[in-house]
Amino acid sequence: MRGVNAALGVFVAVLFVVSIAVGPTGFAPLGALSDMLSGRDAPMALILVELRLPRALLGVIIGAALGLAGAAMQGLLRNPLAEPGVTGVSATAALGAVLTFYGGYAGATPLALPLAGVVGAASGAILLLAIAGRDATVATLILIGAALNALAGAATALVLGLSPNPYAFYEIGTWLMGSIADRGLDHVALALPCVALGCLPLLLARRGLDALALGEETARGLGVDPRRMTLLVIAGAALAVGGAVAVSGVVGFVGLMAPHAIRPLVRYRPGASLVPSALAGAALVLLADIALRLLPTGRELPLGVMTALLGAPVLWQLAWRARRSGQTPWL
Amino acid sequence: MALIAASLARRLGGHTVLDGIALTLEPGRLCVVIGPNGAGKSTLLRLLAGIDRPDGGGVILGGAALENMAPRERARRIAHLPQTIAAHWPLNGRDMVALGRLPHGARLEAPAAADAMAIATAMSRTDTAAFSDRRIDMLSAGERARLALARVLATEAEVLLADEPVASLDPAQQLAAMDALRAEATRGAIVVVVLHDLALVSRYADRVVVLAGGRIVGDGRPSAALAPDMLERVYGARFEMALIPVAVSDRSRAG
Repeated sequence: MRGVNAALGVFVAVLFVVSIAVGPTGFAPLGALSDMLSGRDAPMALILVELRLPRALLGVIIGAALGLAGAAMQGLLRNPLAEPGVTGVSATAALGAVLTFYGGYAGATPLALPLAGVVGAASGAILLLAIAGRDATVATLILIGAALNALAGAATALVLGLSPNPYAFYEIGTWLMGSIADRGLDHVALALPCVALGCLPLLLARRGLDALALGEETARGLGVDPRRMTLLVIAGAALAVGGAVAVSGVVGFVGLMAPHAIRPLVRYRPGASLVPSALAGAALVLLADIALRLLPTGRELPLGVMTALLGAPVLWQLAWRARRSGQTPWL
Repeated sequence: MALIAASLARRLGGHTVLDGIALTLEPGRLCVVIGPNGAGKSTLLRLLAGIDRPDGGGVILGGAALENMAPRERARRIAHLPQTIAAHWPLNGRDMVALGRLPHGARLEAPAAADAMAIATAMSRTDTAAFSDRRIDMLSAGERARLALARVLATEAEVLLADEPVASLDPAQQLAAMDALRAEATRGAIVVVVLHDLALVSRYADRVVVLAGGRIVGDGRPSAALAPDMLERVYGARFEMALIPVAVSDRSRAG
């Protein structure tokens, strides 16, 4: 357990440094750091502070938010498919952010954008719970999530299509596929408080999520109130995902993939999978963001495309391994 | 420190499931609840455990009303074993039992000495130590049921409420499970068990409560509750005393 966290922590730290070092301009991080610390406005220091550092930081913050929210939602709904991307929570967060952006409120106060993301995410989560109900089957959840995803995606496209901005359609790609390129430290300042505030209730839910592993009746018997757990997780996930998506757009697959990769390592305990899932999410986003910078595709691929490209084979491999050993498909 | 149910009533979906239930349950005794399907046995146990709220009346443990008790304290003092145990994640056997220590503030990854001791004792008493590192989705229903019983034993509660704990066990394991519940009563706990196996009832019960149509229709010593005319009235079937093989001791555990 501690070993898993330590190993993942080191992995994330290494990827963080690599993320800062990789880019179109040849770049020496240590030189830039000494430039920066000595107060010289050398170009290397500018690249570090204005481009590379925010990008790497956002990779960690957004990946951790999605990984943690995914693990907590899966634990709460006791459903391995519950994830911000699949259940439409990310898409409604993006819709909230886009509405603010094109309504011209984004400039009014720096809080407008993340706030709209959080409100969007919360409405998505509440809508999902209200329609699906407490005892939703996997199929119900996927169906409602797919509908919510499609609806929010269509509404986002509509808003962008109606806007007078000629670059709107280019922006659609950004919002629906996700990106952390060309963000500044101000974006970090927007996302970080929301994500940090959202992670708190999610981590508080860890013991309750463990109790829910044996069903709601057992959880109640163990002194856990399932309604309180729902409130903690939905509020936490909405804050964390809303804050993340407001800055990066929809980055799919991370919340679904990270907990599945982690679970076998923590003996499938829902509480124990929270922190490692956050670290795995951070690693996946950093890895994907590094990969899309290294690929010779001319124009950079969207981040969501890369997380799916990296994540899907891992999921298939987990499913394949579970099937071959005759296990029930918990993955 | 008695557990008292005072004129309990519960309605579910417009249907009266329990009505006018009055019970005083004393420490050191094993009380068995019998009755036909739909008599309200499980609902009664849930109300006694404080995990469901009555529509009328209330439950009092040691002078304190359950509804005013903090959930965690209630869970520490009353352990409830539901009839069906959902296993949503493939935990291993030890982690499943360790959940019984959650009300004591135990952490699954690093249980304190007292927690680890309670978990190990509960597992040895239910003969489940061999399942410690096995995934519960790979075990049989009976093996999972024994782990579930170990989970409520591990709580070391004042009150132990078990809803059909032996339904999926083989005859030897049924005796082992009932012995473990008997031992809980002997150490001074209030033990209430829902059973359908009348041979086990006559063998283990200090007191039998007969529930039918949401009301108590019989309450007393097993000999009275298990009289053929009482059973016929309650179950609507004819009963007669018969000689059939009945497991009397679990030799694998004694030896």
